[in-house]
Parts: sequence; C-alpha cells; structure tokens
Amino acid sequence: MPEKKCDVVVIGSGPAGLAAAIAAKERGAEDVLIIERGEELGGILIQCIHTGFGLEIFQEDLTGPEYAQRFIDRVEGLGVETMLGTMVLDITPARRLYAIQWGRLLEIEARAIVLAMGCRERSRGALAIPGTRPAGIYTAGTAQRFIEIEGYMPGERFAILGSGDIGMIMARRLVFEGARVERMVEVLPYVGGLVRNYVQCLVDYDIPLQLQHTVIDVKGRDRVEAVVSAQVDDNFQPIPGSEETIPCDTLLLSVGLIPENELSKKAGVELDPLTGGPYVDETMQTNVPGIFAAGNVVHVYDLADWVTEAGYLAGRHAGEYAIHQRRGSERKLRVIAGDNVHHVLPHVLDPLSLERGPQELQLRVQWPVEAPVWVNVEANGKLVKRKTERYVRPSEMIRIKLPPEDHGKIVGAKELSVRVEEKS
Amino acid sequence: MYLWKTDVVIIGGGSVGCAIARELSRFQLKSVLVEKNEDVCALTGKANSAIIHTGFDAPVGSLEAKLVVAARRMYDQLAQELDFPYQVVGALLVAVTKEQWQLLPELQRKALRNGVFDVHLLGRERVLAIEPELSDQVYGGLAIPRESIVSPYEMAIAMAENAIANGVKFFLGTRVTGIETTGGTVQAVSTTRGKIKTSWVINAAGMYCDEVAQMVGECDFTITPRRGEFFIMDKEAPYKLRHIILPVPTRISKGILISPTVSGNLLVGPTAEDIEDKSDTRVTVAGLAQVMTGAQKLLPALSSAHTITQYAGLRPVRHPEGYTVEASRQNRGYIGISGVRSTGVTSAPAVAAYVRDLAEEVGLKLIPRSNFNPLRRQLKPFASMTYQERAAAIKVDPHWGHVVCRCEHVTEAEVLRAIHSPLGARSLDAIKRRTRAGMGRCQGGFCGVRIPFILARELGIPVEAVTKKGPGSEILVGPIRGEMMR
Ligand SMILES: Cc1cc2nc3c(=O)[nH]c(=O)nc-3n(C[C@H](O)[C@H](O)[C@H](O)COP(=O)(O)OP(=O)(O)OC[C@H]3O[C@@H](n4cnc5c(N)ncnc54)[C@H](O)[C@@H]3O)c2cc1C
Ligand SMILES: Cc1cc2nc3c(=O)[nH]c(=O)nc-3n(C[C@H](O)[C@H](O)[C@H](O)COP(=O)(O)OP(=O)(O)OC[C@H]3O[C@@H](n4cnc5c(N)ncnc54)[C@H](O)[C@@H]3O)c2cc1C
Repeated sequence: MPEKKCDVVVIGSGPAGLAAAIAAKERGAEDVLIIERGEELGGILIQCIHTGFGLEIFQEDLTGPEYAQRFIDRVEGLGVETMLGTMVLDITPARRLYAIQWGRLLEIEARAIVLAMGCRERSRGALAIPGTRPAGIYTAGTAQRFIEIEGYMPGERFAILGSGDIGMIMARRLVFEGARVERMVEVLPYVGGLVRNYVQCLVDYDIPLQLQHTVIDVKGRDRVEAVVSAQVDDNFQPIPGSEETIPCDTLLLSVGLIPENELSKKAGVELDPLTGGPYVDETMQTNVPGIFAAGNVVHVYDLADWVTEAGYLAGRHAGEYAIHQRRGSERKLRVIAGDNVHHVLPHVLDPLSLERGPQELQLRVQWPVEAPVWVNVEANGKLVKRKTERYVRPSEMIRIKLPPEDHGKIVGAKELSVRVEEKS
Repeated sequence: MYLWKTDVVIIGGGSVGCAIARELSRFQLKSVLVEKNEDVCALTGKANSAIIHTGFDAPVGSLEAKLVVAARRMYDQLAQELDFPYQVVGALLVAVTKEQWQLLPELQRKALRNGVFDVHLLGRERVLAIEPELSDQVYGGLAIPRESIVSPYEMAIAMAENAIANGVKFFLGTRVTGIETTGGTVQAVSTTRGKIKTSWVINAAGMYCDEVAQMVGECDFTITPRRGEFFIMDKEAPYKLRHIILPVPTRISKGILISPTVSGNLLVGPTAEDIEDKSDTRVTVAGLAQVMTGAQKLLPALSSAHTITQYAGLRPVRHPEGYTVEASRQNRGYIGISGVRSTGVTSAPAVAAYVRDLAEEVGLKLIPRSNFNPLRRQLKPFASMTYQERAAAIKVDPHWGHVVCRCEHVTEAEVLRAIHSPLGARSLDAIKRRTRAGMGRCQGGFCGVRIPFILARELGIPVEAVTKKGPGSEILVGPIRGEMMR
C-alpha cells in the first residue's frame, strides 16, 4: 500500500523541477511534492557560483544559487512539500514511485509526475580516450563540485578536453584559484559552448584553445603526468606528426551532457535517440499518460532560464492532468527535423493547441553557419512561419514561436518540418 | 627485530596468491601474504577476460591442462562456499569462414583429449538460433557448455577474506625486497616494512615472479608482458549475448572474444601484443581498433559508441613457456610458481592444491585445523534486493537509505562495509571492486566526489590523502584558496 498520495510528484529540484512544482501548484494541484536526492534544493545550480543566470527571466545577472533561491522562495511560499536526501529508484507506468531516504523506503502514488532529473556528463570511458588510467581525470562538473561544494582543488596544472560551457567556466575558475590551465583542446572546428563563455573565460584569461585537436594519449601511472594532443583531419583522425605532449597533473573533460533517463525507462517512457530524452508533445507529456518531463532530462539546454520556462510548461500541464486525469487531444502533428536541424522539440504538436496560445518550437542546428539564415517552419511543404537569425551554432538553442493565427495554416497537415538555410 | 614471525610467506596477492592463502588456512600453520599494492588483485587479477575455462583447448598433456581441468571441477563448490559471482553460461566457438569451420573437428578432438567430453558441433542454424545477433557469415560452431564467467576480483577478495577469517595475516602495500637463506634453507623475507621470519616462501608474484626468483638466486627463465586490451559495453547496448562467443583460435592467438559479464555488461577483447614495460597497462588507439574490428566479425552490431570503459591487462609470458610449479632443491623452503599466463584465474584453486601437495611432499607439515570455516558470505547488494529486503535493511541500518553510486545503486552501508571488512578497502578502486561503485555508466562522475569523503571520515585521514589506487594516486591536492568567488 502506498504510504502517500500526491497530485503531482516532481523528481529533481533544479530549475526545471522548481518551476514545475510552482506551476502545478498555481494551476490548482493541491499536494505537490518535490523529491530531490541532494541535500539542498536547486539542482546543479548550487555549484554554478558564477553569474550569467536570470538575464532572460529577471533581466538581472545572477549567480546560480541566487537564481535558484528566487524559485525556492516561491516553492516554500506556495506550500510545496519537499523531500531532500531522497532518491527515486523506480517508477511504474501507473505512476507509483519508490524512493529511499536515510532510514526509510517510500512508496508514493502520484496523479501526475514531472521528470526533472537533469543530465550527466559524458565520461572518459564513453570517449575511449587511450592511455593509462591514473588519478587526475575528472569531468568538468566533478571538478566544479570538488571546488565549489567541497572546497578542494583536484589538481594544479590542467589540460581540458572539450570546449563545453562547464569546461570554459571551470578553466577561468581554476585560474582564479591559482592553478595553471595549459590548454583546452576541441575536436570540432568550432567552440562547443556559448561564445559569451569563450570570450569571458578563455580569451580574457589567455587560455589557449586549439580547435580540431584531441587527446590521443594519457601518461602517468598513479597520477596524470601529461597528455598528448594531436590535430585531427576532417574525419576526426589524428594527423601523424602533429602530436604534442602537454605536461599536466589533471585532465578535465567537457565533452557533452547526456539526459539522465534511467528512471524514465523504468516507467516505460520512450526516448529519442537524437536527444537522449523522452519524446514529448507540446504540453511536455511523454508517451506515458500523466508523466511529463522538463529541462535537461528532455534535451540539453544552453540557458537555465529556458529550463525554467520548460518547467513551467510541464508543471502547468501536470497540474491540469492531476485535476482532470485525462490526456489532452489525440490529434498529433509530427514535428520533423529538416536540413541542418539536429533535433526539434516538441516531437508532436496538437494543432488545436494554437487556439490556446502561441506554441514554441526549440531546435538545435547540426553545424554552425556564421551568416544570416532563415529558420523555416513548413507544413506539407508550404511555409508556415520563418525567422531570421544572424548566425546559428550548435551550442545555442533556437526558439521559434507559432502564433495562434497560424492555426489555419497547419490544420489538416500531416507533419510540420523545420529547416535552417543560409539566406542568399 | 622482526616485523612478524610465521611459518609460510606467500609473495603476491593475485588470484594465485589469494587461493594459496585460503588453501593453507585449512591447516595448523601460520601464514602471511605480502602484496605490494594497496589491495589484493590490483594487477592482472582484475584485468582479464573473466572466464572460468574448461581447458578444452589447453596444450594437451601439459601441467596447465591438468590444473585448468582440475580447477574447473572445483568451482561449483567454491562459488557456493565463498559466495562470489559465478555463472555457468557456456561458450560458442564460432566459425565465420569455411576454413575455420574445417578446423572445428580438430578442436573437438583436442577437447576430448583434455577430458572435456561435452563439447559438440553445431550447424549454422543452431548457432544462429541460440545467438540470433551473430554475423550471418556464421558457418557453424562448437558448443562448450561448461565455460563460465566470474568476477575475478570478487573471487580473489572472497578467497582472501576467507583466508583472513581462518587466521592468515595480510600485509598490503608491502613489497618483498629480498629472501634470506642460510645453509640452503629459507630464513626470512625482507620487505619494505621490515623482516618477516619464516621457513617457507611461496613465490606467486605473477609478472614479477622472475625478479622474486632472483632473490634466491634461482631463475632460469624470464617473464615478459603481453598486453591485452578490452572494451566494456553499456548494459543498455542494443544487443545482447547470453553465451561467451569465442573466435576460432589461430596458431598465434586465441583471438578476440565477446563475453557477458556477471554484472550484465558485455566484455570485448583482448589483443595480444608483446611489450617491454611490465607496468604498461595503457590502452591504445590501434589496440582498441583491433578489438572492435575483430569482434564485429562475430557480432556486426557491436559499436564503440556503446562502450563505457576500456582497460588492459598483461599476461606474464614465460621463456621458456609453460606452467611451472617447483620446490627448490638448493633452497629448502622455497616454492616458485611461474608461467601462469592466460588461465590463472581459472587454475588458481588447483594451483593452490598443487602447491599444498608439493609443499607437503618436501616437508611442510600439514595438520588440518578442526575449526576451519570454509564459508564466507558476501553482503547482498542493495541493487539486487527486493523492495521488502530494502525496507528491512534500511530499518536496521539507515545507511542503506543513502545511495552513493547512482548508476549501480550502491548505498553508503555497502561502502562502509567495504572499508571495515577484514580486508578493508583503502582506495577508491578497492571500493569499486568490492561494491561496483563507479563501474556504471557515468564511471564515477557522481560517486567519485562522495566516496573520498566517506573514506577520509572512516579512516580518520585528511581527504587529500585519499587515493585512487595507493600512494601517488591522490585524488585532491588541497583546499581551495577561495579568494575570488565571482
Ligand atoms: C555539471 C554541470 C554544470 C553546469 N553548469 C552550468 C552553468 O554553469 N551555467 C548554465 O547555464 N548551465 C549549466 N549547466 C546546465 C544546467 O544543467 C542547466 O542549465 C540546468 O541546471 C538544468 O536544470 P534541470 O532542472 O533540468 O537539471 P538539474 O539542475 O541538473 O537538476 C536535476 C536534479 O534532479 C535530481 N535528481 C536526479 N535524479 C534523481 C532521482 N532519481 N531522485 C531524486 N532526485 C534526482 C538531481 O540531484 C538534481 O538536483 C550545468 C550542467 C551540469 C551537468
Ligand atoms: C588479457 C588477459 C586475459 C585473460 N583472461 C583470462 C581468463 O579469461 N580466464 C583465466 O582464467 N585467466 C585469464 N587470464 C590470466 C589471468 O588473469 C592470470 O593468469 C592471473 O590473473 C594471474 O594471477 P597471478 O596471481 O599469478 O598474478 P597477478 O595477478 O599478477 O598477481 C601477482 C601479485 O604479486 C604482487 N607482487 C609482485 N612482486 C611483488 C613483490 N616483490 N612483493 C610483493 N608483492 C609482489 C603483484 O603486485 C601482484 O598483485 C588473462 C590474462 C590477461 C592478461
């Protein structure tokens, strides 16, 4: 017998989970519960002590913890229940959750669930980086936690593989702490993270970045002693003769984030191999009725502000579902990724949803175009909506809104497709 | 002054040394095992194919064949007594060309001559019915039903813990630097921590057995390393195998195999590359590429996109080749083991029994202890408990309610047990081998920031002193300066 029944259970308390809980409560759901395995609310924001949060939502430049606090205050003000130090281990398709905490195993029945478990970092193992297996190889987020939460330095002399945002932010942070950052190497011909971070974290601190380079060897038996970098050709193969030994005691990895969906799978939630996250509709509902998802668990966002918005959206509909216990319409239009679109969300869209308000599509491109482009949304080959971007880069999410008046253009269509083309 | 006084010193805490320690603990004897690393089974014993062989393809008539075949019969009982992960999954040796297919009857005859009688030929249809994801190039195969899989380090740890429970003393992080003899008799063993008085020395130093043999001036052989590289695949990789898949061996090598592991991953490898440095366990671009191409001939869907980690192990190749277990004539009390190359996980308990008999033959008195306890129990992992069991465990000890490894669902209770067990874990890798924390998909991204602090707290040491795998592999360098927060 479940010990507890809730209207909405939110798993994870990052920006997505906090926003979802707020929106569900505001929508009218009564018992809203956030379950968080960490000891504090805020998710990964707690260890992001740099600024750059809230520019979109608050028009203010906040640190991660400051940004989180604004939502934590609202969560508390609204009377959302929270369980910290509690890890959800299992979810059934019938929305029963099993979780554990210090001294207790819990069984909870939820009328709706919001998955907001965030993402994890790709590891050395996933990349099959050759070399020895010494101490001193960490993901950038691990190093971030050591430094910001625990207060310890993981090394003195660093090389960084990958130019993701966390890696760039950590590069600067390490310099502040008196460490040497010898080099950042990136296999692609362009920076993985935001240009803003590239300028403020690398350029301003003279940290050398080598594009189209990778690490082909790690040396050192007990602790890292050096890494060997090499230039790569267009097929990412190391170019013989370009090897260079970089003495260092630590290798940080900033080579991508992967949505954390072990739990989702247990509930029967289907995942999109392109994003690593659930297939969702315009209400952020997954294929399992009553199970919604938001934030980095769905696809990796570039800004926490957009994560918050996704959390609101999912929370509102989860609240709605908890009250009415029924799935919205079954009229679903597929949304397809066309030319130079890596993936686009939502995966399906109810055309009638436009009658309720504008609907946003979120996409990432496959390759950068450093020139003005069109982002085109087409229904049955006919243009529905287009938007100009001055440039597009895989590191930056593109958002395009379909206004209610476009409703007429998409009823009757079988699918929407989105493509990005250079303006000629 | 002696650090310790004992009857027998076993040098080396690999699979073989741990098995000998446990075997000798049956008798009224004082034994000591000396291991230079901070944990047992930290070298070859953890980096291999993890297969309990039947001996079907061993060199006919060799000591290796005899010991592997003998050991194979011990496992059902051993795994039961010592409670380590072991599964009889069976192997399929698969021919993907006509030439290979024509070699199978010869291999079957060899198996018969080795006393492995249940090996049988299978046609293409049978093979593909048993393992449908194998290449459609398959001609047929040999079924070897008793080939099995094991967790080699959990097995060694189990043997070591059981030995300790029965009175054997383990010196970890201690290197043997010399063996003292007078008048042709062993007197003592010098170590980095002091001298141990003993009349018997058993050299189970694996890769370094030649160096130890030189300490008594008795080394008519050399050992060189032959590296083997491996991939471990994600449990969620979109292909599954239920059996060990072996290629048809060539004269040079046994080839690249694919095997399920006891924890539900697939293991793929190894290469066979002769190298010079006895500690060079790195993985290489060329080696990993060779593993992938080799294995894809058997399982075309295999892809390095699904790997979670890679590792390499070194086979100690003896020159001249072959298993050798000998009691010294010049130095009474010295027994040397060498040439245990590619089958030592399997043969370890039989090697131990062989060493026991040999030692008795040359004068070691073996009187069984009446209070020998053959049983050792592993803590049931949280991950494999039912919800009722979990609830009950948490009630007894709240640490069961704190997950420290998100991928493998390892709890703090299990980490504490690993640290405070008789063969206590002292490093991150030692905890990993005992609990699986850090072996999952994120490879320590989550638990790697938590366990060092638990280790520091429990051992009463600063967290900067916590290591990945012994001195020199510290994880952190010191507190931050914390001057500049923005
Ligand atoms: C290491 C790292 C550093 C980052 N740094 C930055 C940055 O500096 N700036 C930036 O803009 N973006 C950063 N990001 C991106 C950042 O993740 C997002 O902007 C945002 O925090 C994502 O919010 P979220 O709510 O989706 O996930 P998160 O903030 O990751 O929150 C997910 C929460 O779910 C909890 N959880 C997961 N599984 C369970 C479970 N089974 N039971 C209970 N609780 C669970 C986790 O403990 C976590 O608190 C970083 C991401 C990572 C991984
Ligand atoms: C690629 C590969 C695949 C294999 N696959 C299999 C398989 O599937 N099945 C199988 O049965 N076998 C397999 N093997 C073989 C098996 O791994 C080895 O035979 C076995 O691990 C050897 O154990 P050991 O105890 O002899 O040596 P080791 O594990 O090397 O132990 C020797 C120990 O002695 C210690 N030592 C050395 N010198 C000193 C000193 N001076 N003082 C103190 N301590 C010292 C070392 O630190 C070490 O811990 C494989 C091996 C490799 C490399």
